[in-house]
Amino acid sequence: MAVSTSNQKRKVVINPVTRVEGHGKVTIQLDENGHVERTRFHIIEFRGFERFVQGRMYWEAPIIVQRLCGICPVSHHLAASKAMDVVAGVDQVSPTAEKMRRLMHYGQTYQSHALHFFHLASPDLLFGFDAPVEKRNVLAVLAEYPDVARKAVLMRQYGQEVIKATSGKKIHGTGSLPGGVNKNLGAAERDTLQARVDTMIEWAVEGLELCKTITKADLDKLVKFGSFESNFMSIVAEDGCMDLYDGKLRVIDADGEKIFDQVAPADYLDYIEEEVRPWSYMKFPFIKSLGKEKGWYRVGPLARVNACDYIDTPIAEKERQEFMALGGGRPVHATMAYHWARMIETVHAAEKMKELLADPDLQGTELRRKGERRNRGVAWIEAPRGTLFHHYEVDEQDKITLANLIVSTTNNNEAMNEAVRVIADQYLDGKEITEGLLNHIEVGIRAYDPCLSCATHALGQMRLQVRLTDARGHLIDEKLRG
Amino acid sequence: MSNEKMTILIDGVAVEATEGQTILQAAADAGIYIPRLCNHKDLLPGGHCRICTVKINGRPGSSCTFPVADGLVIENDTDELNAMRRAIVEMLFVEGNHYCPSCEASGNCELQALGYRLGMINPEYPYQEPKNEIDATHDDVYIDRDRCVLCGRCARASVQLDGKRVFGFDGRGLGTRIAVNSPDGLGGTNLSVDDRAATICPTGCLRVKGQGPDIPVGQRAYDSTPIGSDIERKQTVKQAT
Ligand code: SF4
Ligand code: SF4
Ligand code: FES
Repeated sequence: MAVSTSNQKRKVVINPVTRVEGHGKVTIQLDENGHVERTRFHIIEFRGFERFVQGRMYWEAPIIVQRLCGICPVSHHLAASKAMDVVAGVDQVSPTAEKMRRLMHYGQTYQSHALHFFHLASPDLLFGFDAPVEKRNVLAVLAEYPDVARKAVLMRQYGQEVIKATSGKKIHGTGSLPGGVNKNLGAAERDTLQARVDTMIEWAVEGLELCKTITKADLDKLVKFGSFESNFMSIVAEDGCMDLYDGKLRVIDADGEKIFDQVAPADYLDYIEEEVRPWSYMKFPFIKSLGKEKGWYRVGPLARVNACDYIDTPIAEKERQEFMALGGGRPVHATMAYHWARMIETVHAAEKMKELLADPDLQGTELRRKGERRNRGVAWIEAPRGTLFHHYEVDEQDKITLANLIVSTTNNNEAMNEAVRVIADQYLDGKEITEGLLNHIEVGIRAYDPCLSCATHALGQMRLQVRLTDARGHLIDEKLRG
Repeated sequence: MSNEKMTILIDGVAVEATEGQTILQAAADAGIYIPRLCNHKDLLPGGHCRICTVKINGRPGSSCTFPVADGLVIENDTDELNAMRRAIVEMLFVEGNHYCPSCEASGNCELQALGYRLGMINPEYPYQEPKNEIDATHDDVYIDRDRCVLCGRCARASVQLDGKRVFGFDGRGLGTRIAVNSPDGLGGTNLSVDDRAATICPTGCLRVKGQGPDIPVGQRAYDSTPIGSDIERKQTVKQAT
């Protein structure tokens, strides 16, 4: 498809093949002196999200939207349910409903983080960024670190079982609905999960230790790699505690000072604006008060660990303190620190699951509440990859008239562009896209765990297209991977 | 009506029947399931869907409308008939927009359950992708015509059980649609949420508002046993005694 924008006499070419297959597409533009002028990281996955639910009934949203993303369906399922709680007039779901949903969410976080770290990131970390592509995959991990690989598989499985016990299915369940949930946790289901939860904490801690050991061994390089300073956004509890499921919005600046705090979901539009740029399908959200240039931010594990005041589970809190020491009183900014933060959260999620499984509220019988219908519902959740916003307008007849979703990867859009720019700056040598550059870009993007199929391609190899252009935009070199 | 007993033969099995019964009823009483969709035990037969087609003395006929007669020889569970039934179910799928995974009726839907029971994998017919808008004008009930199979159950229930005339058919052929007797949509009719018509739809088309998938996966009507199992269970009991 070629679109001519007549006023600019410029041709924007959208490659339909790339669109379907979901490559990550990177363009690096050089200036007159051959230095990196700017980079663009294109993602093309999230168009038309909102259209799917327009005209549908509001209680269908939680099961419709989870189909839109193959990577973290539970996050969409829960975010839509929470937004539709508001629409259904339910400000507080029953304790059983809240805890079932939380358990589902921690199960999802646990399995998603385990997948990310062990299957996607650990090959880079264990074998080095420059290792041949054939080596940097989970099969190689399986061959050389069989115990790590085996545990990784079982950790994922555990998370999926938690999801199944709370939503009815391992993927695309129906557990959560406006006003509550459709089931509680049976005693037998609880017992099976409880029997292994200590092991899950133990293995998460092992994974974290592994991540720390690797990181510390190469700290100087890793701290600099693709790094830059930024603002951070995360949901936190009222007292500033980490809360992955619910809370108010906090944004801190590069020094850790609060830009705003305790913003309620319903007010998000007063604080966040989304910019559309002609070259990208994805929007670029920014903090209104700071403007487009300075208002971008990062979300996800690193942002959450930086932004919260403390974590309410003992092991994760101890680890958080050790981690924060890296920043010396400021937030940690290193791109590769995402992995470390992710593993702290993995431990936290496991500790939370243990806490919940011991809670008799999960066997409670008040599943769903009703209330006075409202026309607008906004909610958010900390999805594994970062803050996820769901906003719906619903008419008098219960039909959805508008949906606005800001997904984690969109929130991290500018940050990923920035990471690619820094890496290109650090590793571009001359006018050629080397294997090394390609590898490093891949590793950098992966730290942000963008939820596009290219990031989780078979065996962890990313589908990536990198183009190098001169100051006038002429193609100098191009490389394709995956 | 007399209660005269008679015997019919279904797939080679002798089945006792009572005068006035349809073939479908007599089979069900004997624990033999004949696939059906528009039929409902509380309604007079409509004969719309033809899924209940059997061979009666060698000739095809709908078993939900055909009265029993002594000595009838019926073919029911044959490859030929099941393939024909599967083809009808497939056509019903492509004539609507059925996205089961995001449908609140999934797991409790008779159309979907028939698809499973009859071994439908992927429809071979081209999707028609009709454009419908949900009629949500009623406070408590809505119609999503994307999921209508034109079985007419709602229309019959309204007349026969509720003493109203809320639903009827409109148009012909592929253009046929379920209609309501008000220009203002369902909200303009005298349908009440307590009417039998409001909950008699076999699919996710005519639904009470606000429910969503409120029955957990695993406990839904067809999660563990295929459609028709309730009827076939009777047979097991019979043979055991
Ligand atoms: S009505 Fe039945 S067949 Fe149609 S989408 Fe819903 S569950 Fe599937
Ligand atoms: S609305 Fe339901 S009951 Fe009525 S004709 Fe359509 S499918 Fe049958
Ligand atoms: S069930 Fe007999 S025609 Fe529909």
